[in-house]
Amino acid sequence: MTGLATTSLTVRFGGRAVLDAVDIACAPGRVTALLGPNGAGKSTLLACLAGLRIPDDGVATLDGTDVHALDRRARGRRIGLLPQTPDVHWDADVATLVELGRFPHRAGWGRSAADIAAVERAIAATDIDTLRSRVVNTLSGGERSRVLLARVLAGDPDWLLADEPLASLDPAHQLDVLAVLRAAAVAGAGVVVVLHDLNHALHVADDVVLLRAGRVIAAGATSAVLTEARIAETYGVVSQIGTARDGSRFVVALGRSG
Amino acid sequence: MSPARFVALLALALAAAAALSLVAGKVWVPFDAWRATDPRWLIIAELRLPRTVLAIVIGAALGLSGAAMQGYLRNPLADPGLFGVSSGAALGAVLSLYFGYAASALMLPAFALAGAAGTMLLLALLAGRSGSLIVFALAGVIVSSVAGSLTALAISVAPTPFAVTEIVTWLMGALTDRSWDDVRIAFPLVVTGAVMIVATARALDALTLGEAAARSMGVDPARLQWLIVGGVGLCVGASVAAAGIIGFVGLMVPHMVRRVVGGRPSATLLPSAIGGALLLLLADIAVRALPTVSELRLGIAMALLGGPFFLWLLASLRRSLA
Repeated sequence: MTGLATTSLTVRFGGRAVLDAVDIACAPGRVTALLGPNGAGKSTLLACLAGLRIPDDGVATLDGTDVHALDRRARGRRIGLLPQTPDVHWDADVATLVELGRFPHRAGWGRSAADIAAVERAIAATDIDTLRSRVVNTLSGGERSRVLLARVLAGDPDWLLADEPLASLDPAHQLDVLAVLRAAAVAGAGVVVVLHDLNHALHVADDVVLLRAGRVIAAGATSAVLTEARIAETYGVVSQIGTARDGSRFVVALGRSG
Repeated sequence: MSPARFVALLALALAAAAALSLVAGKVWVPFDAWRATDPRWLIIAELRLPRTVLAIVIGAALGLSGAAMQGYLRNPLADPGLFGVSSGAALGAVLSLYFGYAASALMLPAFALAGAAGTMLLLALLAGRSGSLIVFALAGVIVSSVAGSLTALAISVAPTPFAVTEIVTWLMGALTDRSWDDVRIAFPLVVTGAVMIVATARALDALTLGEAAARSMGVDPARLQWLIVGGVGLCVGASVAAAGIIGFVGLMVPHMVRRVVGGRPSATLLPSAIGGALLLLLADIAVRALPTVSELRLGIAMALLGGPFFLWLLASLRRSLA
């Protein structure tokens, strides 16, 4: 059983189930979008998959092994996480920050040829070569999000987990980040991403998981799962799904349902 | 300036300051008197040398602890005293003075170290095993204020005015008349603490990205917290036991160092240690060489430096915000 999956995963906050017996399965080489209204449990689910939160019930598994049974560093090498509000606490330059992504691979102080190569690949993949010596906290939002994504890619993870990586980006930069996620999946990584905008899911996701109030409403291939009826059920809005000039699909929310 | 050159420069300055420290004081001992046959050699061997070594050890301990605390709490205003370990150590020392045990030379440091150990234990119990930063910082504030109020209580109910004077004077911190005994107590504790702190260096770097990212890369928050509490506790506890409370070193030095080596926490550790040693040594030379009636207390001298430093910090902060 390969892939990142959960089996009857349950998380409670003060007696209230934030995730209630969630079963999902994400496959390598594909982009899986976690969708749902605010408070549906998307971020909590991602934290469980990353091994940051111990579920009250059930398990999150990587290739069949409980993610908590994995050694911390080994897990860090295999699963890379881009948190929702990626802080940068000190004035680090871009190259130094990206190199932090090598943390789970490095035992001592030196940097190996593999470290340097991985950092260079990550810098090339996110197109931040010209920013190398800039201080991260002086970058624009779009540049910053690419740099933080490069940090995760530098770890060469088999799995790339991102929590709302498009928040507060303009459309062009959103497309840039989506392209990087897509490229990571094409290169073989499993990508699991929490998204707010259904159009982004239609744009990038192979599979989607629809969550509402801690339960899975539907999961599967994007075109099959993301229907007007399911959107109504999940978000409580009337929507219309259309086809754009280039053949890609888009969705418009028309109003609240019911 | 490259970090390596900066460290070399600091080390050179420290060596020069150490030589000056052996020469300077109420009695100046020029280099040509540095012979075992010269009567002034005794001043160097038994007074100036242990005092100089102690200033270096304590200054390094405080500078390193400050850099580690600021990196760990990701707050440039964090100070090694924030945990309450120094307040706890001070309380222990004050109790030994209060009960009059301090007549024996080893009792005061022993009490101070017991106070520091008690504080660390209390901190560990209060903060629990979550490794959470906020819980931990709050626990530190609680422990610190409780120890502070107990110290104030001990002063207010002290049996004699003499005891009050003794306690208050001790609290101000000084390196006057310290002996090799103090060095022998402080040195191994500081070295142990420093090893623990240095072991956190890369985890502190990872923490630059925030707690979630650091954990996802394999940082164990509970282990990190344990190493920081233990390392800073040993360094600060030993420092207070040997010299009383000396503030601001741990706050100021990492700031100055960061201007040269940048913000990466691991890069600030070594220069902060050497810089702390240099600052404390220079301050100690100054209080000795100043022609005051009685020697200015080192803790007060540091506090006097701290005020203007904060003013400068505020000014540069306002500039960067403007």
